[in-house]
Amino acid sequence: MSTVNDVEQTVAKQESLSSSAHRALSSPWASLAAIVIAVLWTVPTLGLFITSFRSEDDINSSGWWTGLTGPFTLDNYDTVLHGSDTNFATYMINSFVITIPAVLIPISIAVMAAYAFAWMDFPGRNFLFVAIFALQIVPIQVTMIPLLTVYNDLGLSGFQAPGGGFYTIWLSHSIFALPLAIYLLHNFMSQIPGELIESARVDGAGHVQIFRRIMLPLMAPAIAAFGIFQFLWVWNDLLVALVFGNPQTYPVTQRLGELSGSRGQDWFLLSAGAFVALIVPLIVFLSLQRFFVRGLLAGSVKG
Amino acid sequence: MSTGEKFTQMFIAIGLFFGTVALILLLTSRLRSRKGELVQSAAFVLPAVLLVAFGLVYPALSTIKRSFQDRLGKEWVGFDNYEAIFTDSEQTQVLINTAAWVLLVPTAATLIGLVYAVLIDKARFEKFSKALIFLPMAISLVGASIIWKFVYAYRETGQEQIGIANGFLKFLGFDTYPFLQEAPWNTVFLIVIMIWVQAGFAMTILAASIRAIPDDIVEAARLDGVGGLRMFRYITVPSIRPSLIVVLTTISITTLKAFDIVRTTVGGNFDTSVIAYEFYRQSFVTREKGLGAALATLLFVLVIPIVVYNVRQMRRLEARR
Repeated sequence: MSTVNDVEQTVAKQESLSSSAHRALSSPWASLAAIVIAVLWTVPTLGLFITSFRSEDDINSSGWWTGLTGPFTLDNYDTVLHGSDTNFATYMINSFVITIPAVLIPISIAVMAAYAFAWMDFPGRNFLFVAIFALQIVPIQVTMIPLLTVYNDLGLSGFQAPGGGFYTIWLSHSIFALPLAIYLLHNFMSQIPGELIESARVDGAGHVQIFRRIMLPLMAPAIAAFGIFQFLWVWNDLLVALVFGNPQTYPVTQRLGELSGSRGQDWFLLSAGAFVALIVPLIVFLSLQRFFVRGLLAGSVKG
Repeated sequence: MSTGEKFTQMFIAIGLFFGTVALILLLTSRLRSRKGELVQSAAFVLPAVLLVAFGLVYPALSTIKRSFQDRLGKEWVGFDNYEAIFTDSEQTQVLINTAAWVLLVPTAATLIGLVYAVLIDKARFEKFSKALIFLPMAISLVGASIIWKFVYAYRETGQEQIGIANGFLKFLGFDTYPFLQEAPWNTVFLIVIMIWVQAGFAMTILAASIRAIPDDIVEAARLDGVGGLRMFRYITVPSIRPSLIVVLTTISITTLKAFDIVRTTVGGNFDTSVIAYEFYRQSFVTREKGLGAALATLLFVLVIPIVVYNVRQMRRLEARR
């Protein structure tokens, strides 16, 4: 955590440099550039957002910028959520069913492994840790064809499989997350002062007690930082869901992608569907932004 | 499956893994001797090691092997699949497109992120302005693709426009333009989407690292009469060089692996395919699994040097702090 703290601490005293650079660039042209960037980054989303509240006829007969004052309707959302051929409600549920275990499972396994790598002594420790860290390099695409075959052989995929075919997705997301999770949690854990662990050992505490009573509570912010990353990653994922899932397990991203292909001009559906799909990650992101930035600065970027 | 059943299955799965972890903790909690602790540490790392070996190491090796076999995996074909990637005209187009993505997205996103970070630093609505650029990061690439597909929506010039890009062109008196259909520029317009998503990441990292530049460097430079743009050029940029490299390489890796935008906007048509999309198409749509495996391996090979460089810079960054 020290790196992040340093950054936070230096924020206060580092006025001069940024302000001088700021002054240098705050000619009218610079302000204009900032405004142009801000507008370019907002207008696309705003346009689709407004469109999602306009009627199908209005959407097709005029640009959204002409309909800023209404009339607005919630019909598109109703159709997209409950319409028999769109049925986003079901896919939202799938997204939750996929995402929650895919966040919790890797955390439970990684936090234990990270503790062993940071504070336990065993032969091959460094080698194993570096090896797992190095596996971040493997693009998930490289694993997909063989993994799919194994899942089929194990009888884990398909409608009739145990868990309705969700296990392939849960397992895949968990495995793909492990190298980063272990690396990140290990970094946080090894920064906890060794004296703390030593004195607990002297008092007769075993590793399990130390792990449960000392480490887990101290790890809460780190776990939150990783958790939010994993949540956004899994919720927004399309590839894993497509390759390992089946129509019973497809999440909302798959449905939206599908809709874009099959009904690519039906903007009343696509606009509302897009906002249904992005409301959950947006809420998670905005409410936990602090942890997100912290994780970002600590290097939790999926490679 | 009903909703209830799905959630039941979900809780069973969570319980299964949490139960395993709890069981390991419980069974090993009494172990104190030197030998006992060895067993304990094995129990702590084994689940992770086994999962990673099963889900990453074995499949990666298997894919590399598969890339030297034909579509059914029955015969060895040497480097034929790779030869196809580098000689088949459709595939070379894929390589050219991928190169355009990997060159343009990191540089443009980093540049915009850097400039914006400096511009809005200490500005009146700093937090709000940052959030504007940052938000696309929370959205899925599928969502971002839909948002931009609507921006690019095309209709004949004479018709009422619904896409703002063409609405703007018409407002300026130009003919409307099929942004996503006309190669090769359509690839550039798809790249814009990825830049839009990634700039927020660049901005966040770079803003933090600008603020971490030591005061004395800045003061010394100022005493020497350095100011304004020269300060930015000779002090700010060199000071944050490691962060710049981390940002550039991280975005390159993400860009190389992303297939969502190409798939959602144009379905890989109109000469827009990239390696990551082509991998998906060959492996799971046309079932050319040998070629698919070769594309995945190529992706792997392309990513390795960037990741190594990225990690080395990240180490350097950590050592400095």
